[in-house]
Amino acid sequence: MTATPAIEGWFTTGAEPALLGSRCTACTSTYFPPTAQQGSFCRNPACDGEEFETVELSRRGRIWSYTDAQYQPPAPYIAPHAEGEAYEPFALVAVELAEGIVVLGQAAAGYGVGDLKVGAEAEVVVETLYADEAGERSIWRWRPLNSGLVTELGQEVDQ
Amino acid sequence: MSNHDIAVAGVGMHPWGKWGKNFVSYGVHAARAALADSGIPWTDVDYIVGGETVRNGYGGYVAGATFAQALGWNGARVATSYAACATGAQAIDTARSRILAGLCDVALVVGADTTPKGFLAPNAGERWDDPDWLRFRLLGMTNPAYFALYARRRMDLYGATQEDFAAVKVKNAKHGLSNPNARYRKEVSVEDVMTSAVVSDPLHLLDICATSDGAAAVVLCSLDYARRMGLEKPVRVSAVSTVTPTFPNTVMDMPNLSTDPSAAVGTPELTFKESIGRAAYEEAGISPEDVDVAEVYDLSTALELDWIEDLALCKRGEAETLLRAGDTALGGRIPVNPSGGLACFGEAVPAQALAQVCELTWQLRGQAGDRQVEGAKVGITANQGLFGHGSSVLLSV
Repeated sequence: MTATPAIEGWFTTGAEPALLGSRCTACTSTYFPPTAQQGSFCRNPACDGEEFETVELSRRGRIWSYTDAQYQPPAPYIAPHAEGEAYEPFALVAVELAEGIVVLGQAAAGYGVGDLKVGAEAEVVVETLYADEAGERSIWRWRPLNSGLVTELGQEVDQ
Repeated sequence: MSNHDIAVAGVGMHPWGKWGKNFVSYGVHAARAALADSGIPWTDVDYIVGGETVRNGYGGYVAGATFAQALGWNGARVATSYAACATGAQAIDTARSRILAGLCDVALVVGADTTPKGFLAPNAGERWDDPDWLRFRLLGMTNPAYFALYARRRMDLYGATQEDFAAVKVKNAKHGLSNPNARYRKEVSVEDVMTSAVVSDPLHLLDICATSDGAAAVVLCSLDYARRMGLEKPVRVSAVSTVTPTFPNTVMDMPNLSTDPSAAVGTPELTFKESIGRAAYEEAGISPEDVDVAEVYDLSTALELDWIEDLALCKRGEAETLLRAGDTALGGRIPVNPSGGLACFGEAVPAQALAQVCELTWQLRGQAGDRQVEGAKVGITANQGLFGHGSSVLLSV
């Protein structure tokens, strides 16, 4: 069964998934989570833009910081494990993108804080977050690339 | 002295803890203690401001009136403030405005709370447009996880260690030992912290503050009124900073899933937390070098180190150097959290910023007993809460 996004319109799925942001058509400030559907206002105080276009955000960025959840978070968090199974801690990563925005996400499955470093590169992936009556629900996550520091941030948004 | 100073006529608290009582009883206890300290009868108070508590039903939403009724309706004008962790400071600012405008003589500011056990979680219900709900549903991002992000940056960028964070707890535990209002009054060792469970790496359980019941109150008046009361050299509120962030806020803040974007407009000169302190210094006409004592919001041990730098008490990345040298301990160059801080209190949200002001008032009066910072003349508080709220109160004598 194909997983459906846990939240609509925040990321694309497929071979090269990407987060979806809202770019102000006036000042180009690009927001995540996307704001366009909610009839929003540009938060730049020097801009009164109210129109946004949906854009894919850079798929890679630089790790701003990271941690993990050693204890199961309270509701409305939904644990992915079945009842009776043990809770598995997961890592959380904040990644700075070329758009000048830091986006939080869980780390990709199998990665812990030992695999992360402030300033190292990470890439967005889409994985299963939990399952409900409608099937599996997917979410964006950050996978560390361990390929050293990002040296040419900005290339992707320039395209 | 700036021309917008007001006087702190009295301060009072209800001890922090888990007492199982109603928030009103804590608030009235603190209010009566502050009134007694001021020598001003409740019937002479003509403005009351309550710090709203969001976990105590309608009485908490209209806290100012709730406290006024409990103390006995006296005809005072009333307000209730809510600014997350900065609630108490915003309430002080509200009272200060009315005093400085000449619209009231004496204001009583009260904050009180009861808090649940464990992680603070959002209210029930499905709210897909609320970041405070989404951060749990989509990420499992708790408050300590945000504190841990800041702590990790100190480690990876400035070489801080988990032992440094533990040393903050050890220091604050020692400070709070003799504080009658502190909830935890017990020495803690670095080993105690390091062997407590990791909650969110790199933070251990003992690095993270608890939630507590508690109440604090402050009686404020104009300098003229203080003089008429015979208060010749009262502790003065010299600044109350409640600034909001300046776009783009580039630091990941609770409960957000992202920061503002900086690509189109560039990064601002100061971070939000730096701007909170800067505004207080500018308003008071006092510089960071003049500060003798600070009460900062140590929601985590590592956050205390961030605040020391945010308040310009040292350069960025140097807080660990101060800590290791004992500069931030009692007897050091710039003691931080002589009350014991949140490490010894646990957080009682609408009361906490007021508790900071109570502590600094006792410090500047020389009434802090075993935790006295000798010769303290200038003190500063700092905190930050959800949704662009933060505050810094600068007191001087």
